[in-house]
Amino acid sequence: MTISPALIYGLTGLALFVIGLAGLLLCQQLLRKILAVNVMASGVFLFLVTIAHGSGALTDPVPQAMVLTGIVVSVSSTAAALALLCRIRESADHRDLSQKKGER
Amino acid sequence: MISPSSSWLIWPIIAPLMGAVLCFLSGKPPRRTGLFFAVLTSGASLVLGWQVLARGIESYAMGAWRPPLGISLRADGAAALMVTMTAVTGLAVSIYSGGYFQSRLTGDDRDRCRLAQEQSFWPLWLLLWGALNGLFLSGDVFNIYICLELVALSSVGLTALSGKPPSLVAAMRYLLVSLLGSLSFLLGVGFFYKTCGTLELAAIISALTPTPPVIMALALVSAGLLLKTALFPFHFWLPPAHANALSPVSAILSGLVIKGTWYLFYRFWQEEILLAAVGAVPAILGGGAIAWGAFQAFSQQRLKMLVAYSTVAQIGYLFVAFPLLADPAGMGGGAFFYFAISHSFAKGAMFLAAGTFLLQMGHDRIDDLAGVRQLMPVSSFAFALGGLSLMGLPPSGGFIAKYLYVTTAIGQGRWWLALIVVLGSGLTAAYVFRAVAAILSPRLLAERPQLMVAASMQWSALALALMAMLLGIIAPLPLALMGVK
Repeated sequence: MTISPALIYGLTGLALFVIGLAGLLLCQQLLRKILAVNVMASGVFLFLVTIAHGSGALTDPVPQAMVLTGIVVSVSSTAAALALLCRIRESADHRDLSQKKGER
Repeated sequence: MISPSSSWLIWPIIAPLMGAVLCFLSGKPPRRTGLFFAVLTSGASLVLGWQVLARGIESYAMGAWRPPLGISLRADGAAALMVTMTAVTGLAVSIYSGGYFQSRLTGDDRDRCRLAQEQSFWPLWLLLWGALNGLFLSGDVFNIYICLELVALSSVGLTALSGKPPSLVAAMRYLLVSLLGSLSFLLGVGFFYKTCGTLELAAIISALTPTPPVIMALALVSAGLLLKTALFPFHFWLPPAHANALSPVSAILSGLVIKGTWYLFYRFWQEEILLAAVGAVPAILGGGAIAWGAFQAFSQQRLKMLVAYSTVAQIGYLFVAFPLLADPAGMGGGAFFYFAISHSFAKGAMFLAAGTFLLQMGHDRIDDLAGVRQLMPVSSFAFALGGLSLMGLPPSGGFIAKYLYVTTAIGQGRWWLALIVVLGSGLTAAYVFRAVAAILSPRLLAERPQLMVAASMQWSALALALMAMLLGIIAPLPLALMGVK
């Protein structure tokens, strides 16, 4: 099997997904967790773009449309997560998900 | 365009979305607009349920674009049943919310914050309702991904609405878990598209073959959905999110939102080859959920935490019977959906009733709830009835579901599965009795405080509990709808 560019991009996408997953699970700080989710999303998008390229000489528009929509979703959910982070930091000195402070 | 003969498939999605926009634009808390659109949405959903029952599968191509290019909506019996379930629970929760936000206004300086909460509640709730109906009715996996994200974002907003630090932290955890689940789902969709060349759900499911990319795709999709459904051991995020939210929100999250992802999981896992091979995996996790959830529920001090852990246990029942589907002569999805619907009604009623106790007493410590029976007989009765349905006493819907589980399991020689269901009922009885004993305690209050809870709150909780009971009596109707394939 030869190493085609599509294979490299696809594997990079999957690697980004795994790196993001590790960051989400291992990082304590909420901001880092949010960024880790974004890394994961980038990995998925790279993978989808690779699929679009891989299926023949013409580029398949369907996965590209999925990536475009996915980016919109990703931006909105990141905005929601950041807004929530601000509220959490205003309400108590939480910078991680421990339930000790602020628990009734 | 709108006539009884044309398909009503799009209205359960469009009506709540229109309502959400109008409520969002409204200057003051949009209680009337919200209630109006809630009634409209439930009406449209019930018409759709009736149409599917009378005429068979309904389908609709959005903008007249046929698949594979366009996005198709499709309502078979299972989808119509879930939409109808959402309509009933959703209507009861909406009526309850009207009374809830009114009753919380006490005339002091915190009213501004409470009005702001109501102003955000209605658009988010209607958006969530529309997204859930979209999830049930979509025939396209990418559209399902979008609906999943809409459901997640609006549920997170609703969870955070109470503004207290525990609920904010719970909402954050919920959001991160949801995003992880959706991304895993999306990556799985990518694998499916690569191997099947289509995004149509029905085509993907019929093309499921045990090749490595398909297994990878199915594993990613399933893991994402299990995480979002909070099946043990992925349940860690659920109890704080459900218990710390405002009471109508708790009922929505426990009664409806988890059913959305569970329904999708069912869609992907109904193929016999797959179930015969790995059907035991969801069953084993489900068994773990039943035991762990019941144990945790029994050891909680707060009523809403007890009800939330009970959801963890009941999710187990939604997965434990997957091996039973492998037998073509078996019950099909009937018992499954029966359980999902009766859990939605019973759990909704319990959270709504618990909300009236919390509002009246200012706390929900189980040991100090004595006397609520005297103050609020209607919602105490609703809580007890909901609990009875969870335990599976006849003639409740829970009884029919468990009866179908046990008879099918014994008929197929899966004694261990029947044993799990029966033992689980005993565990459920233990924690339900603990809560009900506190609520129905004969101790009377020394002095009778003023009742703060609106009558509509108590009666909507009771109506939902009675629906859970009634399900056992009208059993042929949902089973007939389920049979539309």
